[in-house]
Amino acid sequence: MQINLEERLKENPVLRKQFDELDAYIDEKAGQQGSLINVMHRAQEIFGYLPDEVLAYVSTRLQVPRSTVYGVVTFYHFFSRTPKGRHTISVCLGTACYVRGSNSVYDKVTKSLGIKAGETSPDGRYTLDLVRCVGACGLAPVVVIDKDTYGRMTPDKVVTLLNKYV
Amino acid sequence: MIRNQLLICAGGACITSGEKSVKDVLVEELAKNGIQDEVQIIETGCMGACDLGPIVVVYPEGTFYQKVTPQNAGPIVSEHLVKGRVVSGLLYRQPTSETRAQTREEISFYTLQVKRVLRNCGVIDPLSIEEYIARDGYFGLGKALEIGPDAIIQTIQESGLRGRGGAGFPTGIKWKAARDASGSPKYVVCNGDEGDPGAFMDRSVLEGDPHSVIEAMVIAGFAIGAATGYVYVRAEYPLAIERLEVALTRAREYGFLGRNILGSGFDFDIEIRIGAGAFVCGEETALLRSIEGKRGMPSAKPPFPAQAGLWGKPTLINNVETYANVPPILINGAEWFRSVGTAKSPGTKVFALAGKVQNTGLVEVPMGTTLRELVFDIGGGIPGGKAFKGAQTGGPSGGIITADYLDMPIDFDSVKELGTIMGSGGLIILDEDNCMVDVAKFYLAFTVDESCGKCTPCREGTKQMYQIMERITDGKGTPNDIGKLKTLGRVIQQTSLCGLGQSAPNPVLSTIRFFPDEYRAHIEDRKCPAHACLHLLTYSVVSEKCVGCTACARQCPVQAITGQVKKAHVIDQATCIKCGSCYEVCRFDAILKE
Repeated sequence: MQINLEERLKENPVLRKQFDELDAYIDEKAGQQGSLINVMHRAQEIFGYLPDEVLAYVSTRLQVPRSTVYGVVTFYHFFSRTPKGRHTISVCLGTACYVRGSNSVYDKVTKSLGIKAGETSPDGRYTLDLVRCVGACGLAPVVVIDKDTYGRMTPDKVVTLLNKYV
Repeated sequence: MIRNQLLICAGGACITSGEKSVKDVLVEELAKNGIQDEVQIIETGCMGACDLGPIVVVYPEGTFYQKVTPQNAGPIVSEHLVKGRVVSGLLYRQPTSETRAQTREEISFYTLQVKRVLRNCGVIDPLSIEEYIARDGYFGLGKALEIGPDAIIQTIQESGLRGRGGAGFPTGIKWKAARDASGSPKYVVCNGDEGDPGAFMDRSVLEGDPHSVIEAMVIAGFAIGAATGYVYVRAEYPLAIERLEVALTRAREYGFLGRNILGSGFDFDIEIRIGAGAFVCGEETALLRSIEGKRGMPSAKPPFPAQAGLWGKPTLINNVETYANVPPILINGAEWFRSVGTAKSPGTKVFALAGKVQNTGLVEVPMGTTLRELVFDIGGGIPGGKAFKGAQTGGPSGGIITADYLDMPIDFDSVKELGTIMGSGGLIILDEDNCMVDVAKFYLAFTVDESCGKCTPCREGTKQMYQIMERITDGKGTPNDIGKLKTLGRVIQQTSLCGLGQSAPNPVLSTIRFFPDEYRAHIEDRKCPAHACLHLLTYSVVSEKCVGCTACARQCPVQAITGQVKKAHVIDQATCIKCGSCYEVCRFDAILKE
């Protein structure tokens, strides 16, 4: 695995840059106790998701068993083991949103994109996620697309909104 | 020379409502009128009235402009600031009369509140440590360093402060236990993993007044003898993390953090740890595992974190709102703190009002305030003239307070008697359109999802309960299902390892207790009185009202509707998938949903 990665890094400057970036972050956190979750956050930011080779790499660098790394990554909802689409749509199904009808917003999104929560559209444009409360309950129902939050959503409004994200 | 200040609410909800573009327009307008040097723009933390956002307040007058948009923001500069004429169209319209409120002091949403925890939220620039200091910031720390650890803990104990994270454990006892514990090093932890859906008070404090939490943690570190603190913030709150980072840097620059704090010889520093989306991490032992970089699984207590917490060392853990209470207690004393609230629950509580209520947002009231005051006087009642049905407190760990208890003073102990918990302060208001069985099922789905799987009663038990609830809402319930739910619920409450499991049955048990008729209607009559449970609905055409426009037939995705043009249509019940498209599209009220 390691040898394989070395060779691929030589051929692929983009990948090289990504791993260099991860390396720099790990160096920065060197000596900090229990930094695994923070490192995985950074890794997901860099790579977009957490493939096997990244888990293996982090395991070696942090001197943490791979089983532990895998255990942590699969325990927390935030970490994804599969590539994400260009845009991540998170429909909030927290209580405040739910009682104000966010399930109908969610249904509309699944129908118009043809994907369910946790799936990515075949063209790689959207990934659909369900979240439990983003803390913007005053504006329920709420939809988050990438880093933008949209309040007072309706099934009609959400479709227009999706089209803005190409 | 600054003559006016424009405070723009930059809380999460106002940003969502377009605060950034409003700010851009205001900056542009100031420049256009050549007064950019006379007017200062300050982005504050959450002002609380999320429903009215974006909010702009003009000082020194305190004029309160609400629902400002990029299109209507211009006159705030060209009329108010240049010509001195208040833009009346942007003022808040009083619900009971035609008059408009000029300032916050004229709006009942604000006048009925007592702001202690939220003292700086919406008042200062959260990125400015100078503004925090100008509002007595870090004076509590100064006092603490002067009086010493024992006196600090005594003051906290005398104040009667109880943990605002949910259970209401006396904070002073926790601090004393952590101080008395042997073992070193010790740690101070702030629980900012506000996972209860419908609660956003901790988010607002972290975003709007991060220094209040930092100051309290330094005080706590000094009191128990710790040198390191961790703030654990959930990943869903990136803005809170960003502002906290800025605040930590400033605090270090000013010598409130780091080596030899204020010349006292005391060293303390704080690190941020980011959650990764696991509700169970709000439970203190699970949170500590997560800080250690492990799977966030809870462990049995005792040992309590005060004895063996982070890396097995004595650890003091409090939530954000609890910490925010600490600096003013040190400045003003225990008596001052006890001057509001009830005897056993002194002080204030921040509630997040959400759901079916007119004024959604963040409110802080004395403990012992009634639900009626919260929902109707502050919250402005239920929208659309609907009837109040209940308020869910404590999120997935809590239960319902019904209309019968609207006049009961709310504190830690009174809500417990009703089978619910105070929780972190999320208050979801439900109206007649909400089905209680459906809401309870919703919460259970949440706990099934979030159960970490370590102990069997929680992992398997909640799933069994969920399946029964699903059966009931699908119209396949049997009369002994209610008994089964109660038995299962009791077993899960008594045998689960941590707070998540022990409280998971609460929403179901609470709704069975207060809304038995609704459960019976689902099970015996196969009807959902609130028309919320899809499988128990039928759609039919009222032939007298149907004009035969064919709109519904064209809309129906499964061709269940037939009929000739200009004649009454019919829905074939066997084909109908109850999607409700016909109900939405009909302009003649001819579709009956029951």
